[in-house]
Amino acid sequence: MNALEFILAGMLAAATPFLLAALGELVVERAGVLNLGVEGMMAFGAVVAFIIVHQDGGHLLGFVAAGLGSAALSLVFAVIALGLRANQVAIGLAIGVLGQGLSALFGKSYESLTVKGLPRLALPWLSEIPVVGGLFMQDVVVWLSLAATLAIWATFAYTKLGLVIRAIGENPKAAHAIGYSVVAVRFAAVAFGGAMAGFAGAYAAVVYTPLWADGMIAGRGWIAIALVVFGTWLTGRIFLGACLFGAVSLMGLAAQATGLDVPSQVLASLPYLVTIIVLGVISADRRLLKLNGVASLGEPFER
Amino acid sequence: MSALSRPFLPTLVRRERASLAAALLAPPMALAAATVLNLGLYVLMGRDPVAVVHAMLLEPFLSWASFSEVLLKMGPLLLIAQGLAIGFRAKVFNIGAEGQFILGAIFASAIPVWFPQATGKWIWPVMLLLGALGGALWASLTAFWRVRLNANEILVSLMLSLVAAQFLNYLLLGPWKDPNGFNFPQSVMFQYDAMVPILISGTRVNVSLLLTIALSFAAWIFMQKSFIGYKLQVGGLAPRAAGYAGFNEAWAIWLSLLMGGCAAGLAGAAEVAGPLGQLQRSISTGYGYAAIIVAYLGGLHPIGIVASALFMAALYIGGDNAMVSANLPIAAVRVFQGSLLLAYLIAVAFVRYRLEWHRPAYRSQP
Repeated sequence: MNALEFILAGMLAAATPFLLAALGELVVERAGVLNLGVEGMMAFGAVVAFIIVHQDGGHLLGFVAAGLGSAALSLVFAVIALGLRANQVAIGLAIGVLGQGLSALFGKSYESLTVKGLPRLALPWLSEIPVVGGLFMQDVVVWLSLAATLAIWATFAYTKLGLVIRAIGENPKAAHAIGYSVVAVRFAAVAFGGAMAGFAGAYAAVVYTPLWADGMIAGRGWIAIALVVFGTWLTGRIFLGACLFGAVSLMGLAAQATGLDVPSQVLASLPYLVTIIVLGVISADRRLLKLNGVASLGEPFER
Repeated sequence: MSALSRPFLPTLVRRERASLAAALLAPPMALAAATVLNLGLYVLMGRDPVAVVHAMLLEPFLSWASFSEVLLKMGPLLLIAQGLAIGFRAKVFNIGAEGQFILGAIFASAIPVWFPQATGKWIWPVMLLLGALGGALWASLTAFWRVRLNANEILVSLMLSLVAAQFLNYLLLGPWKDPNGFNFPQSVMFQYDAMVPILISGTRVNVSLLLTIALSFAAWIFMQKSFIGYKLQVGGLAPRAAGYAGFNEAWAIWLSLLMGGCAAGLAGAAEVAGPLGQLQRSISTGYGYAAIIVAYLGGLHPIGIVASALFMAALYIGGDNAMVSANLPIAAVRVFQGSLLLAYLIAVAFVRYRLEWHRPAYRSQP
């Protein structure tokens, strides 16, 4: 297997934690809310899923519990940010610290333990194509994530629900005036974002690298938030961005395998450096951000 | 939303003027709420809550030996938080103080690592200056990205912190590793002149604490009394008004980030030239992130921050105590920090709002 085949085969799985968390944050931000606690919610979801799978509860229960747990954490954010109209940046950071702290606390006695991941399901015919065949052999969560991407894209493009969420993000006062409950929709969006972050953390902990280590999320929640900006709040571009980061995080392994003489720390910081560079390139186009950005992002709604 | 759709929920009504009583009560109320919540958690984990409270919240203040350690821990938290608060009030969210702190430590270590034989009274002051320079340089990347490239400073500064941690690892496992250090990821021990002099004999508290307190005073003058500080605050509270008044936003971003970077870098330098005495991985224990909480808990006010830094430092020492005496994982400190900030944000919401259980019959138009 050469480096290209290795990256193609692993890219989607590596991209899945980024993708799930970024899709959740996309919905949150489209509704006009900025929840910076993704890293903490992922860490919390990860530890919940790991403990359940390690206690033989199974992957399904692990994912469901992780989604519910992180959604509960995100509702704490929602109550303070939407109910009490406090500073969303500060609450997001606090949720992040709390989630990471709880993750470390509950994960303490599971340090370095492993669980079994999920088998890969191959699509007939497609997975036998040379070079790109690996793309079509993925575990069930990857396939479900792709379905979720399509569903969210279609929701924003074609449904009334998508339109309502966008209207509330663009102009909450107008949406309120025509009878939509801004706070209720935002609550639901935040809870959805929390659940998706929980699934993302669960995938990282019990499928992608099924071994518990404190701090295993390693900035992926923050990159997911950056991905929403990269994708200029568009589902398709966020998917492409997630694939890029999946590939970048595999490049380190691929480079080491080929015996390239680069310090491992350079390879480990590659995703962060790419984030910084891409963020600069995309944001420099102010018109692009203005055109696609969410007008009321981060502002509390007051009637 | 009609009143009927949520008859059991109170509505949040803006107060005519901010409540001083709520502002003064917010910190103690938040502390009480966070303490009760966390004690509940410890009971669920099967720990003795009385022992934990004693070890965590009282012991740090009960002996001079442990209180001096609190003062030692307070230094970096206070210094970083003062720098960050200036930016936060200008709505420049530098959350990458951890990286600026690491770069400060690396810059300061350059002298003892490259010139281990050098002697003279000039060494430690120059190291502190280099540290401030390193922190400011690292922060200037974020400022450039924000001002010239329009990139979100929260994300850029955080990513740079993760890069800084990898850079530190690289130095300690590679070129700066102590050749006689049994392969541990740490630099050589610093020479005597590279250490900040001890302030209180018999403890590890050094002269940098005086510097930190002096800089806190300077921050108070700057934020409350100077015209530049006033311009920064207006920029944060009313960006458009600041624009009309001719206050330059780009300049405010540069100033906020450079001051935050300087303070964090100085704190990093004081850490390696103080209690550690060498560059090692354990300099990065999250002071930069904890200082964000310190800044908010102190109400972003230079004097409030002194109190919150002292409390957070005590919490660290208390957490260490509780780990030993009550078998509480050290991560409990982070849970406490996060829940404390959340409780504070809830409490502080009532400075400007009050709850009303019935819908007001008449509301003035916004």
